Amino acid sequence: MRFPVWRIGVFLAVLAWPLFWLYQAWSLVLGPDPGKVLVDRLGLGTLILLLVTLCLTPLQRMTGWAGWFFVRRQLGLWTFTYVTLHLCAYLVFVLGLDWGQLGVELQKRPYIIVGSLAFLLLAALAVTSNRYSQRRLGRRWKTLHKSMYLVVILGLVHFLWIVRADLEEWSIYAACAGFLLILRLPAVARHLPRVAGRKTVSAKNS
Amino acid sequence: MLIKIAKASDCKEFEVTPESIYLSRRRLLGGTLLAAAASGLPAWASAADPSRYADVPAGSAPSWLATQLQDTRWQAMTVKGEDITPYQDATHYNNFYEFGTDKGDPAANAGSLKTEPWSVVIDGEVAKPGRYTLEDVVKPHQLEERIYRLRCVEAWSMVIPWIGFPISSLLKQVEPTSKAKYVRFETLQDPKSMPGQRSSFALIDWPYAEGLRLDEAMNPLAILAVGMYGRELPNQNGAPLRLMVPWKYGFKSAKSIVRISLVAEQPATTWQSIAASEYGFYANVNPQVDHPRWTQARERRLPSSLFKPNVRDTLMFNGYADEVASLYAGMDLRKNY
Repeated sequence: MRFPVWRIGVFLAVLAWPLFWLYQAWSLVLGPDPGKVLVDRLGLGTLILLLVTLCLTPLQRMTGWAGWFFVRRQLGLWTFTYVTLHLCAYLVFVLGLDWGQLGVELQKRPYIIVGSLAFLLLAALAVTSNRYSQRRLGRRWKTLHKSMYLVVILGLVHFLWIVRADLEEWSIYAACAGFLLILRLPAVARHLPRVAGRKTVSAKNS
Repeated sequence: MLIKIAKASDCKEFEVTPESIYLSRRRLLGGTLLAAAASGLPAWASAADPSRYADVPAGSAPSWLATQLQDTRWQAMTVKGEDITPYQDATHYNNFYEFGTDKGDPAANAGSLKTEPWSVVIDGEVAKPGRYTLEDVVKPHQLEERIYRLRCVEAWSMVIPWIGFPISSLLKQVEPTSKAKYVRFETLQDPKSMPGQRSSFALIDWPYAEGLRLDEAMNPLAILAVGMYGRELPNQNGAPLRLMVPWKYGFKSAKSIVRISLVAEQPATTWQSIAASEYGFYANVNPQVDHPRWTQARERRLPSSLFKPNVRDTLMFNGYADEVASLYAGMDLRKNY
């Protein structure tokens, strides 16, 4: 395994957060509504992981360090883990496992519909993240996994529709996402400054 | 109508005290004895009095208010069979956007609010308009402890022992004219002490304003609160004077009030101005009318622990239908949400 310290370090760093939050909830420091706090933090955690994942390609291009790509699948799967926990926490703490109400929410609430769509896309990406799927899907795999950009946009819309009165926090995330998405435009990507190292052409490890 | 309402609350006073479930009989007896004993003590002994509620830090009310708080008619109204929310939760989980949008922001930031001296402008369609000191506003009224459910539009709820007096007795004092149809309440605007008002991303057009129809304000359940949990209001809960209208969503109950205006037209209110499709003028608690973004059929009663989520059905008019339903007779509550 290449970059073992780096990969295990990333693994532990991302794993630590939900465990820490659970510990906080356990020791009653999350206030009177810990379930809602967990839902919110897991949702925000998902968005942050999406943005971090979007940083990898530009970072790799700029630094030439191959290590960035070696955590890409891992971070993608972590994103899916976070979003799954976010969904479970919503079902338990907000809906109280009332499945009938879930049906109502899925029909009536735009932000729930958008969130569910993003979840389904992330699930599709997680299921096809293995080498077997990469081989089976060939060229289409890359197209499929570009729907990651759509997931980011859906996630931001989902977030925007929850905001009640102050857009500051949302604007910061939206600006980061906008910046990272603009870097994908071929015209912009070509002009990314190279800080160090040689340009690596292969992106096969993704 | 008013007579009937008064009867309903009289009834509750008498039946609730002995049946109280949130205090055991023994603790209640002890509390009563203590209160009786304390009333025999001179005022300077008050700071050392044990609180009526667990884990409530002693307040630092101005002396006139401290004295008046001691004469509160305790448990003038209670809720049966429901636990009172712990003081810590009621003071550290707040929506008070003047101090930030996170639930913990008000507790963290409201220390900068200066509640003394405080005055309230009462104007509009009244015979006795003017700028009144807080003492002038509060002094003439018998304070009562009202234990009310508080239902937030965000689908969480608490049970809080407020101390205050009916708005009706203040309004009678300032004599609304026949043109007065609505009451408008305005919260302090002071960006220096209120960081939320300095945010350039806030959608709220400060100052915060809320309103009631005059007959709603005259309902005996609607109070102006100056205290909670046996002491004066903590800053983050809307010190020194706030509205408390228990059958409406929490945002109707404006905090840190500096102006009360009697007006002829329905006033523009803050949340309605931001999103009229989500927050109506009436904002009565109604499990049948959803907020467009979430259901109002149920609520999380706080504290709601991680391993035993406390989700319960929301009651029509937050459980106060007997007292207030008649205010809305013949109205389509789906339209007038």
